[in-house]
Amino acid sequence: MGALTLGIALQRNLYAVVILSGAYSFLMATVLVALDAVDVAMTEASVGAGISTVLLLGALYLCGGEEAKPLTRPWLPLVIALVISGALVYGTLGLPAFSDPMAPINTHVVPRYLHDALKETGVPNVVTAVLASYRGYDTLGETTVVFTAGAGVIALLRRIRRRKDGERKS
Amino acid sequence: MSVAGHFSYWATILLMVAGLYIVIARGNLVKKLIGLSIFQTSVYLLYIAPGKLIGGTAPIISPAFKVYSNPLPHVLILTAIVVGVATLALGLALVVRIQEAYGSIEEDEILAADRAGGDEE
Amino acid sequence: MRGFLVLRVIAKLLMPFMLVFALYVQFHGDFSPGGGFQAGVIIAATIIFYALIFGLPAARQLVPEPLVETMVALGVLIYASVGVAGLLLGGNYLDYFVLAHSPVHGQERGIFWVEVGVAITVSGVMLKIFYMFAGRKRSAEDE
Repeated sequence: MGALTLGIALQRNLYAVVILSGAYSFLMATVLVALDAVDVAMTEASVGAGISTVLLLGALYLCGGEEAKPLTRPWLPLVIALVISGALVYGTLGLPAFSDPMAPINTHVVPRYLHDALKETGVPNVVTAVLASYRGYDTLGETTVVFTAGAGVIALLRRIRRRKDGERKS
Repeated sequence: MSVAGHFSYWATILLMVAGLYIVIARGNLVKKLIGLSIFQTSVYLLYIAPGKLIGGTAPIISPAFKVYSNPLPHVLILTAIVVGVATLALGLALVVRIQEAYGSIEEDEILAADRAGGDEE
Repeated sequence: MRGFLVLRVIAKLLMPFMLVFALYVQFHGDFSPGGGFQAGVIIAATIIFYALIFGLPAARQLVPEPLVETMVALGVLIYASVGVAGLLLGGNYLDYFVLAHSPVHGQERGIFWVEVGVAITVSGVMLKIFYMFAGRKRSAEDE
């Protein structure tokens, strides 16, 4: 995936970049399956590699598919990126090791979810039970966000045409 | 501090910094949006990797398994993925409108056009 | 259009299976990976597939724009009204256990309707965004 990201950064033909990002999404979905996150992998594969690619190709058709050559070599962003990565690596040294059952993420409220979800909701898929029932309010907010994005795109890209006097308003 | 214990964090940081570099170093607006989505996928890894328990399985309760991976990050990241694609769609709609208004989607050309327009007024 | 015959035939054969798969993912989301979001995206992908093969006007005839715009709002409405139904039947907002004769059945019913609402909104929004992007002409051709 690092190699794909390097390709995305350096490649200037934007159609190729879109295909590379679709391949990146599929690889990410595979990694997520390896991490036991099957619901997330299905969503990432369908949304990231499917819908994102379609939308990007649609936008590229409307905008032109070549990126201009940068005028100055981007040394400052590279230095900034390296400094930030150094600081983050230093920060992760204090985090719990991979797959630690005693880490705080695994001990607060999750044992209750895993224990009681089948009894209280009758749904074996704990992710669906938490998403729709225990944290249902968040899912309402998320559905509203999706609705707002749709409304926003409609507002931005709508065309109102006046045919009579030949004047066109976007 | 062991390499094996923290490798997932370092892979996440690599992807995060790569996405950040693309956003700040490239001038094309569509490429910036793709870099932003790479950044977002690295955040998904950041949340889900610590929840995995070696020897566990997907969090679907069944009598055959005893140890399950942590389902809470899955829920949060499911929401985050959908919100991410909504943001991408809105960003692309804005890019299309910018292209129609300025004639280009390169950041420096847009800034030059703005500055030239500002000088005339 | 001669060379495209294979694509058209395969598309017509595949589309019912894709829709059935979307419904399977939606309703089996309680027992296997899946749920509202994935099913909504698969439904939108099916119609986008149809539009790619047969052209945007044919897809617009199959799923007309007013229907898509209604779907966008209908899903959020279903979700919110499940919450209001919880209010009317005596619990707090978005309480599921008051919806049926036993708490577990109420939870199952609530989760079912909530996922249906999510799938309708997600598929409507994705399809509408595709229609808007694909239906817009390049500005040079439009003058």
